[in-house]
Amino acid sequence: MGAVQLRGFGWRHAGRRGWAVRGVDLRVEVGERVLLLGASGAGKSTLLAALAGLLPEDSGEQEGTVEIDGLDPRKARERVGIVFQDPETQLVMARCGDDVAFGLENRGVPAEEIWPRVDEALRRVGFPYDRDRPTAALSGGEQQRLALAGTLALRPGLLLLDEPTANLDPAGATLVRQAVADAVDADTTLILVEHRVAEALPLVDRVVVLEPGGGVRADGPPDAVFAAHGDALAAAGVWVPGRTVPPRHATTPPGEVLLTADRLGLPPRLAPTDLRVRAGEALAVLGPNGAGKSTLALLLGGLLRPGAGTVAATPALAGRDARTPPHRWRAPALAGRIGSVFQDPEHQFVTGTVRDELALGPRRTGQSEAAVTATVDTLLERLRLDRLAGANPYTLSGGEARRLSVATALATAPRLLICDEPTFGQDRRTWLELVDLLADLRDAGHGVVAVTHDADFVAALADRTITLERR
Amino acid sequence: MISVEPVAAPGAPLARRNPVAKLAAALVFTLILVATLDPVAPAIAIAIELAVLPLFGVRYSVLARRAWPLLAGAGGILVTLVLFAADRSGRVLVEAGPVLVTEGVLDTALGLVLRMLAVALPGILVFATTDPTDLADALIQNAKAPARFAIGALAAFRLVPLLEEEWRMISMARRARGVDAGRNPIAKLRLFGSTAFALLVGAIRRGTRLAVAMDARGFDAGTPRTVARRQRFTRADGLLVVAAGALAAAALTVSVVLGTFRPLIG
Repeated sequence: MGAVQLRGFGWRHAGRRGWAVRGVDLRVEVGERVLLLGASGAGKSTLLAALAGLLPEDSGEQEGTVEIDGLDPRKARERVGIVFQDPETQLVMARCGDDVAFGLENRGVPAEEIWPRVDEALRRVGFPYDRDRPTAALSGGEQQRLALAGTLALRPGLLLLDEPTANLDPAGATLVRQAVADAVDADTTLILVEHRVAEALPLVDRVVVLEPGGGVRADGPPDAVFAAHGDALAAAGVWVPGRTVPPRHATTPPGEVLLTADRLGLPPRLAPTDLRVRAGEALAVLGPNGAGKSTLALLLGGLLRPGAGTVAATPALAGRDARTPPHRWRAPALAGRIGSVFQDPEHQFVTGTVRDELALGPRRTGQSEAAVTATVDTLLERLRLDRLAGANPYTLSGGEARRLSVATALATAPRLLICDEPTFGQDRRTWLELVDLLADLRDAGHGVVAVTHDADFVAALADRTITLERR
Repeated sequence: MISVEPVAAPGAPLARRNPVAKLAAALVFTLILVATLDPVAPAIAIAIELAVLPLFGVRYSVLARRAWPLLAGAGGILVTLVLFAADRSGRVLVEAGPVLVTEGVLDTALGLVLRMLAVALPGILVFATTDPTDLADALIQNAKAPARFAIGALAAFRLVPLLEEEWRMISMARRARGVDAGRNPIAKLRLFGSTAFALLVGAIRRGTRLAVAMDARGFDAGTPRTVARRQRFTRADGLLVVAAGALAAAALTVSVVLGTFRPLIG
């Protein structure tokens, strides 16, 4: 069970002008392992939702056909399991065992069979805790393994994984991939969407590349596909394995100190840390989850009051305000000196259009209307957002939202930019743009601090690293 | 963090009772009590509630922590009523300048405050001793509540503690964007409104994602559900409800015998 047949398949969400996915002809046999690739916006997630039967007929317009074992996916739901990207929003119950049992209850599995199947599924994904463990106490990687167990317990013929590791740190992502490798039966069909191709390749035996305009661009064994289409795929934003990125390190020694952290801490989230942030230098903050990296970014950004120690700005950054710590500055003064880019771009959006979003900061810091317009136009063009100037920030794709969130922080021309996981879940194209943008800023004499798990990003950009230890 | 966890020792004899039985007992107890306006019956009811507290495995200090907003509110109401009541009949107890406290005033104010406490305490007790999952299970299995409603509410409830963290993040993100209110109260109100709106937008998006994930695991797909955790409504659970009714009736009887009974209607 679990054969997929698509013939000229297309889907357009209600109220949208463009097709999310179109003209896809594809057959996947039982037991095949397929990596589904395509640039951001090529319709990978929509295709998975269609296969999972999660696109109600009245929610859009369909073209062609999609079948699971010859059935409409909406009628073959019990044959298909899907794991999504965000661990937080796919766990339903408060206790781990109950969460795995949830799907079994829904499918009407007899009560006496439920708990043996729960235990079996937890064992298969290598879940380290017992059934009573609260789901809220799990790390992201553990939550994703639990979500996988909840899906595998239903014994699907077709397993769909929609970027299951995109939100995880490297250790968590490795555990989830290991669980997939160990737990999926030989006769289960697997379709995986994943940006990080090199890490996903051991799990698959076939690669299918969707073309953003419609149709399938390439299909076959991984080696053959990358040999024939590697350059084009890399240019379209796919992380083709074996392609290195030219590093962009500082060519001049770092400049003056902008910010000094002295025994800076916030119990219990961050142990006392000493740190100097310099102009013209890209500093990467590394460390495992739970070491307090994001907390450090917020403290340096003047957004949290230190629990211990101090953050002090130098006169080079803050002029006469250097006598007061950044967390006491008024917001417009702060935004003009230290820009912060949050992990989740959507937290930062305040207005209804991309243009207003970019204009907000400069207006707040008291620039003239002509200067605001000039700043906004420059940023729109530089970050390829000009076509989206009138769009609502909440409707942007992941890559677009990330570019906008960086652009908003740059709009007030702060001397220091602090980014929390700026490259999380980004395709190769946006990733390269971010590296270039941050390198340009650094070379122009700005300070850049990036909290990150991304080893490639550190290798490409960082001039100096500090590593926080888990407490 | 907003606490949604039960605080009781799980082995306590009454905490272990079926959640629906506890809920029904609390309802029966309080419904009988609201029949009177006098202070005596609710005072007896509070005494009963405090006396059974150890049987629910809740320590008095824990209850005080959970119920302090209620106690503060009760104190406020008492002071307000004593100072500003319109009905100033009865013997004068205190007269100091504009403050005139009479027996009638004190009687009415005490009656109201005690009633409030007596009615609120059973509810606090039920939720302090009941695991939300058990409550949802029992509502479905013993009270025939629709699973769509009970499990849906349970799943949404699990997201509540995330909102507090989300609020902090949105507030900090706005400050990073150069948006703050300073000392201007109107700007403060507008900032609060726009932060709340952003929180709502985020909550709806998150709720939608959760609903899709539940859908994908066959929730509410028309297949008859089975239950992994059996909740039983036993004779002891029935007895708990009957006992709650009997105790409340006893409190009312004492009030009638003492002649303080003032019916709500009539």
